[in-house]
Amino acid sequence: MSGNVGIVIVSHSPLVAEGAADMVRQMVGDEVPLAWCGGNPEGGLGTSVQSIMDAIDRVWSEKGVAILVDLGGAETNSEMAIEMLPDDRQGRVVVCNAPIVEGAVMAATEASGGASLDQVRRTAEELSPQ
Amino acid sequence: MTTRLLITTVGSRLIEHADELTRLDQAIGDGDHGVNMRRGFEAVLADLDAIAAKPLNEALKQVGMTLVMKVGGASGPLYGTLFSEIGKALGDEVTPATVAAAVDAAIQKVKARGKSDIGQKTMLDVLVPVQAAIAAGNLGAIRTAAADAAAATVPMKAIRGRASFLGDRSIGHMDPGARSSQLIVESVLDVVEGRA
Repeated sequence: MSGNVGIVIVSHSPLVAEGAADMVRQMVGDEVPLAWCGGNPEGGLGTSVQSIMDAIDRVWSEKGVAILVDLGGAETNSEMAIEMLPDDRQGRVVVCNAPIVEGAVMAATEASGGASLDQVRRTAEELSPQ
Repeated sequence: MTTRLLITTVGSRLIEHADELTRLDQAIGDGDHGVNMRRGFEAVLADLDAIAAKPLNEALKQVGMTLVMKVGGASGPLYGTLFSEIGKALGDEVTPATVAAAVDAAIQKVKARGKSDIGQKTMLDVLVPVQAAIAAGNLGAIRTAAADAAAATVPMKAIRGRASFLGDRSIGHMDPGARSSQLIVESVLDVVEGRA
């Protein structure tokens, strides 16, 4: 399992993040390390840099980690979380510019076949208007 | 000017204005700016003894890190970056010239973090003219520059952040981030001018 790129789902809502993760699990299976997080540090809607860093840690793979986000703050906080990782990990975590649910499923599908981080990201980003 | 007074004044000013910031954000954003800033600065004030014991530059770095970890919205990394980077760029010597240079360095980092620039209805629309006034040594002009700059975001159309989803409908509202930046600038001036 650690041979595949990991996927992290970051939403303002824990329910959205968990739901998207459920869909990935059902559609793609267990071959991909998968974690989700959502909600601000008080448990309201928002995102938490610490929770994102913890999620990256849970799915860590030597091949890297792809993050799927919903709206603005989730992206900014994910980029902040990446910068706060140890130097040797920073270059192996990317935020995908893709819709969160579809992007997570597509990224995980690609990752489950052993694709590289770059391939995983490109597959997810094919969903976004060019 | 003590570090403690500076941080207390900035923090309590933002907490006092949390409802106003939230109202501004409800008009064009997701309505959490006041709540988020209050959460962040309550966490800063809760840690005040430890933060205020540090030299100013180290204290600012600590304030920034607390905002990053506690805020939970985009304003956390943005204001966290602002405070941290001012702290990183500021040496032991605090003069208008060193502050101007540090704020300029921090503005560049905020631009990168938010993928934004002036004229896009953001906090940068206040920070950039304020930095210019500090750099020009025109300290008496800073308060007016900040107020004018915040007011100037009203007719702007948002390009970045949640407000950009509204397109033309973002026109006619002051940007909440510009307003919170103005509040920070005013509270710092109150301390510097001995009015806090």
